[in-house]
Amino acid sequence: MTTLISARSAEGGRVRLRTAWALRLWGGRVSVLVRPRALAVGLVLVAVSVAVVALSVSVGDYAIPLERVPGAMLGFGERLDVFFVQGVRLPRALTAVAVGASLGLAGAVFQSLSRNALGSPDIIGFTSGAATGAVAAILVFGAGRTVVSLGAIGAGLATAALVYLLAMKGGVQGYRLVLVGIGVSAVLGAVRDYLMTRADLTDAMGAQIWMIGSLNGRGWGEVAAVCAGLVVLGPLLVGLGRRLRYMELGEDTARGLGVPTQVTQVVALAAASALTGAAIAVAGPIGFVALAAPQLARRLARSGGTTLVLSGLMGAALLAVADLVAMRVLAPAQLPVGVVTAVIGGSYLLWLLYTEWRGNRA
Amino acid sequence: MTTSAHASTRLNGSGLTLAYEQRVISQDLAVAIPDNSFTVIVGPNACGKSTLLRALSRTLKPSQGQVLLDGQVIGSYPAKEVARRLGLLPQTSIAPDGIGVADLVARGRYPHQGFLRQWSSRDEEVVAEAMEATGVAALAERSVDELSGGQRQRVWLAMVLAQQTPLLLLDEPTTYLDIAHQMDMLDLCAQLHSERGHTLVAVLHDLNHACRYATHLIVMKDGAVVAEGDPASVVTAELVEYVFGLPVRVIDDPETHTPMIVPVDRRRAGR
Repeated sequence: MTTLISARSAEGGRVRLRTAWALRLWGGRVSVLVRPRALAVGLVLVAVSVAVVALSVSVGDYAIPLERVPGAMLGFGERLDVFFVQGVRLPRALTAVAVGASLGLAGAVFQSLSRNALGSPDIIGFTSGAATGAVAAILVFGAGRTVVSLGAIGAGLATAALVYLLAMKGGVQGYRLVLVGIGVSAVLGAVRDYLMTRADLTDAMGAQIWMIGSLNGRGWGEVAAVCAGLVVLGPLLVGLGRRLRYMELGEDTARGLGVPTQVTQVVALAAASALTGAAIAVAGPIGFVALAAPQLARRLARSGGTTLVLSGLMGAALLAVADLVAMRVLAPAQLPVGVVTAVIGGSYLLWLLYTEWRGNRA
Repeated sequence: MTTSAHASTRLNGSGLTLAYEQRVISQDLAVAIPDNSFTVIVGPNACGKSTLLRALSRTLKPSQGQVLLDGQVIGSYPAKEVARRLGLLPQTSIAPDGIGVADLVARGRYPHQGFLRQWSSRDEEVVAEAMEATGVAALAERSVDELSGGQRQRVWLAMVLAQQTPLLLLDEPTTYLDIAHQMDMLDLCAQLHSERGHTLVAVLHDLNHACRYATHLIVMKDGAVVAEGDPASVVTAELVEYVFGLPVRVIDDPETHTPMIVPVDRRRAGR
């Protein structure tokens, strides 16, 4: 017990981090951590997304050979090619990528803040509020797509704010957010069910399809709307990522290390809600991407904690794949993409968990 | 009751009202942590000792009064600046799944890092040294999940040490540890105090441990400080009975010659 402080090791202060390599430049004045595994996973996900977008653009009743796709994207080649690629298929595929990235990123923020693997925009009632707003807009006011989107965003943000205020008690704790969110979602679900029972069949069908989430017929306006959200809020959230990872050590520990926890929490929740809002407004409440993408990303990266960028890339790849499947699996009939995300994302997550537990790494 | 004025103190509070929402724990509390002391705060359950520590570490904002760090209101510093002067080991922390020991200790460098300074050679040296000082260097490449409770607590302490703060605040660092690991932890704390010159503030449950290790004792009851000073001059049978409601004898600890508390056998006394 007398020699608790042992002699300095011969290595002289070399510390090997598990998931990162240090890159030191300009005589050590700049030092950056590179995570090789995360980098590799990220590159693979980007490659998958690009490949799937190219494939989505190429296949269909009017098939375009892959080698003609790049030209058609830029407006060269046969007129029909250009029409289908620029006018129909490319905006839809890019909407899938942008919506997927938004949902994946936002989901990772919610899971980190609620310290709950089941955290998603649903837990703060956002999805539920948006769905109720949209259903009310469709059934009560007979609104068109733009008004429905605005109604969804407005109701979603209002619900999120309400849940946040109800859960607040000298700071917000994860489990309280989850419980209040469940309560508010239940009430809103009842409102939605009531509206549905009063609606006529065609309107109810329309509302139901909106609630599953779909990318059918999305154009450049939708791409611009979601990308605007990503460009503004994406970098902000990624910049907060380090703080979020520290907050996963516990609120007091993070504060002890000098993380301004309350400001970070409010800003991250607001930004993630807005990002979800833009995605839902464009594509409806597509299920499971926000839930599964962060879990898949952190398991693939094995980095111990939330990885925001990878969650966004995973969401993009997941939704791009899901939309391709939704378009083609029962062609010419098209499935709503929300049905497919649940099947693909769910199976993949189950497989990962299964192999992880078998490998005794849980 | 002795309340001595201390010549130098980097961390002190005065006129403190500490409360959670409407529930007031302490009112008009004044406390000063003597520089270079190993200060231990003791008192019965729910007497407000952890609350005081949270206020001193700016985890809890006082509803009245102020805590001063180096002469300036603690809340007026940027968060990272406080974290370069004062380290906190809270009662509970959560280790992310699968994180390595070195990776967790490295997180203590956060207040010294920035966007273009993520892992300097200085960071590396300090982390290696913190792991040496807490005896966890041999575990550096293990997963935190695999460690025993005692090892884990040392890893958390190493993380706080890596902050390189002159002041260390520890909230019940020996809870959940068996007797051998408790003594291990306290020996380590004493060493940090005497050999590395840290000023330590710890909340402890065990009075005998407090008497053995503290150079300055703060005794609390119902949110107020009822006695403070050197354990040998502060701890008497009357004080312990007044604070804990337990009749005791205070004898000389044969090992350290500090006060040792032995509860009176009430079964025999009542016969």
